[in-house]
Amino acid sequence: MIYAVFAPLIILLLIPIFNKWKDKIHTGWFVLPVPLLVFLYFIPFVGSDFTTKTESYSWIPSLGISLDFYLDGLSLLFVLLISGIGTLVVLYSIFYLHKSEQIGHFYIYLMMFMVSMLGVVLSDNVFVLYTFWEFTSISSFLLIGFWNHRERSRYGALKSMMITVFGGLSLLGGFILLSIITNTTSIRGMIENSHLIIESPLLPLVLVFLALGAFTKSAQFPFHIWLPDAMEAPTPVSAYLHSATMVKAGIYLIARFSPILAGEPSFFVLVSIVGIITLCWGSYMAVRQTDLKGILAFSTISQLGMIMAMLGFGTQAAIFAAVFHILNHATFKGSLFMIAGIIDHETGTRDIRKLGGLMTFMPMSATLALFGILSMSGFPLPFLNGFYSKELFFDSANALNAYTGGFLGFLQEALPYLAVFGSIFTFVYSMYFFFGTFRGQAKLEELPKKPHEAPIGMLISPIILVLGVLVIGLFPNVFVNGLLGHTATAVSGEFYEPHEIYFWHGWDYKPFLMTLVVIALGVLLTVTRKKWSSIYNVFPRHLSFNTVYDFIMDKTETVSSRITKTYMTGSLRHYMSYILVAIIAITSIVLVVTNGFDINTSYLATITIPEVLVAIMMAVAAIATIFTNSRLAAIIILGVVGYGLSILFVIYQAPDLALTQLIIETVTVALFLLCFYHLPELRKRDDTLAVKSSNTIISVGFGVLITLIAISSHSNKLFEPISSYFVETSKSLGGGANIVNVILVDMRGLDTLFEITVLGIAALAIYGMLKIRRDKEAK
Amino acid sequence: MEIITSVLGGILFATGIYNLLQKQLLRIIIGTALISHGAHLLILTMGRLKTGKPPILVDGVTQYTDPLPQALILTSIVISFGVTSLLLVLAYRASKLNNSDNMDELRGTENE
Repeated sequence: MIYAVFAPLIILLLIPIFNKWKDKIHTGWFVLPVPLLVFLYFIPFVGSDFTTKTESYSWIPSLGISLDFYLDGLSLLFVLLISGIGTLVVLYSIFYLHKSEQIGHFYIYLMMFMVSMLGVVLSDNVFVLYTFWEFTSISSFLLIGFWNHRERSRYGALKSMMITVFGGLSLLGGFILLSIITNTTSIRGMIENSHLIIESPLLPLVLVFLALGAFTKSAQFPFHIWLPDAMEAPTPVSAYLHSATMVKAGIYLIARFSPILAGEPSFFVLVSIVGIITLCWGSYMAVRQTDLKGILAFSTISQLGMIMAMLGFGTQAAIFAAVFHILNHATFKGSLFMIAGIIDHETGTRDIRKLGGLMTFMPMSATLALFGILSMSGFPLPFLNGFYSKELFFDSANALNAYTGGFLGFLQEALPYLAVFGSIFTFVYSMYFFFGTFRGQAKLEELPKKPHEAPIGMLISPIILVLGVLVIGLFPNVFVNGLLGHTATAVSGEFYEPHEIYFWHGWDYKPFLMTLVVIALGVLLTVTRKKWSSIYNVFPRHLSFNTVYDFIMDKTETVSSRITKTYMTGSLRHYMSYILVAIIAITSIVLVVTNGFDINTSYLATITIPEVLVAIMMAVAAIATIFTNSRLAAIIILGVVGYGLSILFVIYQAPDLALTQLIIETVTVALFLLCFYHLPELRKRDDTLAVKSSNTIISVGFGVLITLIAISSHSNKLFEPISSYFVETSKSLGGGANIVNVILVDMRGLDTLFEITVLGIAALAIYGMLKIRRDKEAK
Repeated sequence: MEIITSVLGGILFATGIYNLLQKQLLRIIIGTALISHGAHLLILTMGRLKTGKPPILVDGVTQYTDPLPQALILTSIVISFGVTSLLLVLAYRASKLNNSDNMDELRGTENE
């Protein structure tokens, strides 16, 4: 199984080599066998005697992360969709993309996407699943922006990236919570321990995180806005990613965790409501579109909403209908996208207002589109698969009876009506798509190209998909027994006994009556579309979630830049103030909270007059540095402080210090004098009162803090100093009587070595600054 | 006495920081010098004051002041001297090159 998953990765690495011969043979022909082989590998698993299969490869054992591949009915359905439709899309793209395009890039991105999608649906480990999940976002980003010279492509790519990665990250949060709650990283392990998750107080958070991930990926309301903009991608990409596979990753996720969460009222409310709103809003908005792919994008949104709603219902019948519709939607939507691409390719436009009457020019495409459209709208004909799943959808919406009374009961009652409402508009936009394109008067003068039938190579893939529609429509029970029954078993978590699907249940079968209502009202609305389409103007275009997205993106940039500009002023004084205020605030809070201030007077040395006088002198001199405006005075007062300090050193029995301090102070004063001679005169300060007072507050606050810390730390002697060791061993080990000197060169000689280094570096730097000049001063 | 030196250390820090927050390079350097004086004084204070004779071994004396803080301060004095002299020359060069020693005018350009 691992070879099947990573096969596209292997071919991906070889694509640059194949691409060298692209003038002779289209690179797509080399790529084509890979999805086909993957498809053929997984086909033998289909059958009524299907059993699950597991493979495990070690990856990061210390974190409990391993490449666990798990094939059950759900993964099998998705794997077949991914590889099967992948084959058809590659075939279609060979005829769709011209050799002059960067087809090497295209197939690399496409294979990257295929690997990640296969990984998503086969992974049993949540973190591996997440890894593949983000790879689908990245490769989708690359594919949407394939024509990166177009501004709209870049916009669409960025938008889909932002929204899906936002969801992906919240999904990661959900996975982390799940693995903390259940203490396992395996999905099957989580399902076994589902009682832990249900009982956990973190359940709402898990649910919201998983739902955000699934809803953003599957373009559910209100995160659907990226999907219409993703239509800037080449049509094979739209057909593959944005109808059949990637947008179903969110569906897959909800289905995968359905054995744990289904049955939770909150899950039912969240997923059903979002699904049904998406169904209604998507189908309602699809009628408004003028771009063929725009119609199909909103149609995809609405169909995904329908599947999501069914998963939210959580009953066995609804789950079966959902998995059936996943298969059906992939077949007809894939073929419709390919038809839209053919129309674009052969006429040069996708604008439905310019198209019309193409049936005479493109009879093959028109026939294929007709089958796809009728299946999408759920038209009751015995050879269309869309009808069966639509009827099962109505059936499952009617059969909800788990809740009575209250909001849940009301929601349960309302769901069938909303389902019918959404389906009516589904019918309307389906008819609009078909009749707007193929019927009516041909407007040849408005078309950039003269329309003609597509080459046969391009038609093969939609033909196969439409054959799929018909085969599933004619023999639904074959698929139910071989594949979909197992899928429903995997999703519902308990054995699903496949029921026979009939076309005809009799006149009084309620879902059938609902279908009749849908068709009657749909026909009525289609015929009168021009009369009521003005209701779309009630909500103007700028009142949409795109505006919200653009607003957020714009504000994120402008507001964050404004915030940065307010505090990153470039003034050192400001930065210094932030640092000092932070130190003062944090330290004083700690001092207060820990009750850290403490005075212990028992250790204090006696106070004598001389030292007090020296201290007063130093304090006065230090304060005077602030007020003097003469530089000579400033140097001398600074010298007073330094010499005062050396007197204190004398008083406190530190002869070496006093000596050093005296010399250094003299040299420093000399240096100051030397430099100040060249520096501009000290100016009167022109600061405002506010600046002055804030400086005063900060400096006084800091000084007080230092004093308090000094006093209280002096009052707490936790243990005896180690200096007695130095005193005792100075002579015997160091061979010297001056203990300070022995410490400096013997006991702690390394300090001295690097202090010498510091001086040396300072000297070199000063020399460099004075001598090395690039300006006109240089001599 | 330790309380008085602590207060003095606090005053040195306060005045040093006030100078540090000024616009002129000279005042900033004066500020750093004051702060290092304050730090040295506090290190000495922490080691407890006047507990004995100077730390030079003399026969018959048993009580010496703590030699370790003194060794630390000695190292620190030299290092702060090196840094101060570097800063002075830096200020000299900066004001020569830019014809200003005002920190409000000495700013980086927008796009660096």
